[in-house]
Amino acid sequence: MTEQEPKIGVFLCHCGVNIGGVVNIPEVVKYAQTLPNVAYAEANIYTCSEAGLASIRENIKKQGLNRVVVASCTPRTHEPLFRSACREAGLNHYLFEMANIREHCSWVHKQQPQRATEKAKDLVRMAAARATWLEPQEEPSLEIKDTSLVVGGGITGMTAALSLANQGFKVYLVEKEPELGGNLLHLHKLYPTMQDTKEILEPTIRSINASDKIETLLSTTVADVKGYVGSFKVTLARAEEKREIEVGTILVACGAANYTPPKGLYQYEIYPNIMTQMQLDELLKTGKVTKPPERVVMIQCVGARKGEIRAMDLAGFPKSDTARLLAKILKAKKEEGWPYCSKVCCMNAIKNAMLVKEKFPKADVMILYGDVRIYKEYEDFYSRARESQVKFVKHIEEVPPEIAQAPDGRLLVTAYDALSGQEIKLPCDWVILSTPMIPRKEEVILARMLKVPISSDGFLMEAHVKLRPVDTQIDGVFVAGAASGPKDVPESVVSAMAAAARAGTLMANKQMTTEALTSVVDEEQCIGCGLCEEICVYGAHYVEEGTSHTIAALCRGCGACAAECPRRAITMQHYSDDQILAQVKAALMEES
Amino acid sequence: MVNKSVMVVGGGIAGIQASLDLANRGYKVYLVERSPSIGGRMAQLDKTFPTMDCSMCILAPKMIECSHHHNVQLLSYSEVKAVKGTTGDFVVTVLRKPRYVDITKCTGCNICAEHCPVEVPNEFDEQLGTRKAVYMPFPQAVPRAMTVDKNNCIECGLCIKMCQAGAVDLKQQPQEEDYNVGAIIVATGFDIFDASQIPTYGYGRYKNVVTSLELERLLCASGPTGGHLIRPSDGKIPRTIAFIQCVGSRDRRFGATYCSSICCKYSVKDAVLIKEHEPNTTVSIFYIDMRAFGRGFQEFVNRAKSEYGVRFVRSSPGEILEDPASKNLRIWYEDTVAGRIENAELDLVVLCPALIPSKGSGDLAKVLGAEVDQYGFFKAADLITSPVDTTVQGIFVCGYALGPKTGDIPDSIMQGSATAARVAEVLEGSA
Repeated sequence: MTEQEPKIGVFLCHCGVNIGGVVNIPEVVKYAQTLPNVAYAEANIYTCSEAGLASIRENIKKQGLNRVVVASCTPRTHEPLFRSACREAGLNHYLFEMANIREHCSWVHKQQPQRATEKAKDLVRMAAARATWLEPQEEPSLEIKDTSLVVGGGITGMTAALSLANQGFKVYLVEKEPELGGNLLHLHKLYPTMQDTKEILEPTIRSINASDKIETLLSTTVADVKGYVGSFKVTLARAEEKREIEVGTILVACGAANYTPPKGLYQYEIYPNIMTQMQLDELLKTGKVTKPPERVVMIQCVGARKGEIRAMDLAGFPKSDTARLLAKILKAKKEEGWPYCSKVCCMNAIKNAMLVKEKFPKADVMILYGDVRIYKEYEDFYSRARESQVKFVKHIEEVPPEIAQAPDGRLLVTAYDALSGQEIKLPCDWVILSTPMIPRKEEVILARMLKVPISSDGFLMEAHVKLRPVDTQIDGVFVAGAASGPKDVPESVVSAMAAAARAGTLMANKQMTTEALTSVVDEEQCIGCGLCEEICVYGAHYVEEGTSHTIAALCRGCGACAAECPRRAITMQHYSDDQILAQVKAALMEES
Repeated sequence: MVNKSVMVVGGGIAGIQASLDLANRGYKVYLVERSPSIGGRMAQLDKTFPTMDCSMCILAPKMIECSHHHNVQLLSYSEVKAVKGTTGDFVVTVLRKPRYVDITKCTGCNICAEHCPVEVPNEFDEQLGTRKAVYMPFPQAVPRAMTVDKNNCIECGLCIKMCQAGAVDLKQQPQEEDYNVGAIIVATGFDIFDASQIPTYGYGRYKNVVTSLELERLLCASGPTGGHLIRPSDGKIPRTIAFIQCVGSRDRRFGATYCSSICCKYSVKDAVLIKEHEPNTTVSIFYIDMRAFGRGFQEFVNRAKSEYGVRFVRSSPGEILEDPASKNLRIWYEDTVAGRIENAELDLVVLCPALIPSKGSGDLAKVLGAEVDQYGFFKAADLITSPVDTTVQGIFVCGYALGPKTGDIPDSIMQGSATAARVAEVLEGSA
């Protein structure tokens, strides 16, 4: 405890009706006024509004408060705001504590307002007890090196590297293949402009090579990453050769792979002329077609949108033979794949259908789809495709088409037309499978090295899916392009620029402060056993001369070391035993 | 000497993101907003898909960060009138509309509004609720200050009398101010298509046909009904509700031939929210294609079907008829999968209208000399390589002002950040 007697101010929030509609706020305010060390308590309709914040600032001064408790929503979104209100009133923002009486109370106990009010009192009492023991903290300041590492030399990585270079930063652009270009090297033309990929790639690569700010490292991978935001120490590997670089920020732009169906799925690799869209791109690009096709059938969502299949879906198809459908659905359930919609495949299929039409005007091109997920202004493109006689057949997705080989060697696709309810048989020459973009193995390995979490579908996870789409949980590490989920080229370019802006802002400031919530070793108590070093997943502890030390910039404040330490020599700043025990005691008080 | 200042036109989530990125980089940012508060469309939403985060709860901290940032100067209730100059040296003339309240004195205590005798429909609540002639559009408004709506004010002077801060000034005059900036970012967002243009759906004639934005306000805890979903005609809880997709979009009759990109997804979200509010409600979504593209959304649709029992009907309904007595609605449609003409009685119909360029964005484009596309959205200099540059050097664009290239909130945020990168490149660097 600091020398001053604690004077706690408690600010309760109605959050409109979110809290106030369930919890009896005036009752909790009265209760708060009776708590030890609480000098002041009030309620606001929205504590996060300008008026609420102004009241915090005023009362810190007027009442001489030296601790502040806000009882409202989640600290995840609002703690920074309330902390800054404290700071603006001259109070160290570590003397602030929050009680979540919305997510942890009013929202989950909507049906029991009386008990919710009691729980809100408990939560406020606990927060005030902890606040009593809070201490002011200094935040460590870090130098940020103005150099960036961009991993991945596809269109995303190149765009990000160019933007950073244009902003004036030095960039290392690392690509595992012997040339720049990524997935675009294998694609033929790009929608919506129908430009040849070369028209995009060549000038971009030329600009990269012309820039004296960008050092391109081909056939190179990231072997190891140490350090933290502002000074990451990265080991790059090129065959046997190793090289160490130091960078301030890292942009992950290693893209996505294209899902390859297993042998036998839709007779892939069993009959000839069954290929993925990516393979069709290559074929159209090289122009090595021996015999022009008379009919091409494209099948959407191969290996994608493979969610759970429900019997209730059957009710939607009254005209079909239910028993036969069910048998087929059960069989399809075993089909492997990914649960999400890969977003770009519909547009990509239409683009390739148009290209096939252009090259072989007599060919009949059909697309079997579940939903045509052309979005944005590409709808016009879809209309053009229909006008040029590309045929779209909505098939019953849950019943995958069957493919057989006719006696004359051609392929025979059998599918259910959802709109007519009829089984249709389509003799054809090529079957094209639209397969999703999926996470790369290398990306997962890199994510582990960087300690960036992976989402349930295998892509790198953003710091916040809505508000921080190119940031990651790790300071100084950003993600762009398909590494965080399927994206087409225009979307990848935008995300690359966004990531370059976020990294650029960080580096332009040359320094940043980090949370003071770190572990502190009591050297008197430490016996240098090294357990903390062993347990820390962030590499924040090291033992030197018989004592453990903390690298504050790496410490995420998880507290695993403090729990493990046999000598109880480690204290978590801002989460000390005193603080936590005070809170626990306050929680138990009224029950015991 | 680099002119490290920028004007951002439009205070929605895209403009806020661009402003904060540049302000954090040391740029002086002038954030111009036409209405009394920043926040834009996101402020009107109840929850956001697919995580069901409360929209205002995640937006408010960003709005307040803008208002507190030492590098951001908010020019609310203001419009851009003229622009001169080129990259690095633009002079922008901004019209500061009189709000008849001195925002340096106003504390937003709302006492004036409590006493104001004039009640008018609240545009923030899509006209469903009411506000006074002196008002704050919503409780979390930034700046936190009142505005007098002179069109409806009867000049009774009560507000002047009640205001302890002496902030009300009914004699305020419009003012034009010039700002010298290095670059300009356009983030003027969208408006929604006027659904009454489709007479067969009866919007504007039938009380229980509402737009999806109206529904957001009806679902929102801070909305006109306090978050209780009741239907406009009689205040009863609707038990059968249908959503109709592609109202004015994907439709050659109305020029919005594009897909608005977000309606399928927010409808599924709203359907789930309705089921959470009132589990016994029957909710159907009438769609052409269920465009739940992108990570997480297909899974969300699956959950809506299996966990919540939301019905999906592939159909573009033909007509809605109102029973004059009960105000219930009868919808006629062809279920194209079942191959049957059907009809159903409904308590409430939610139309999902096309998103169209925001009112006034055409005039702004003319002032800026920037080209717009066939729909009236700002044109990108290159669809692939320069997605956030306008056709004028030094002027950039993000969010729905670019048209349906923006899908949702994260897209708007990415574009907002991307414009920040472009500004830094152009003003500080070599591009």
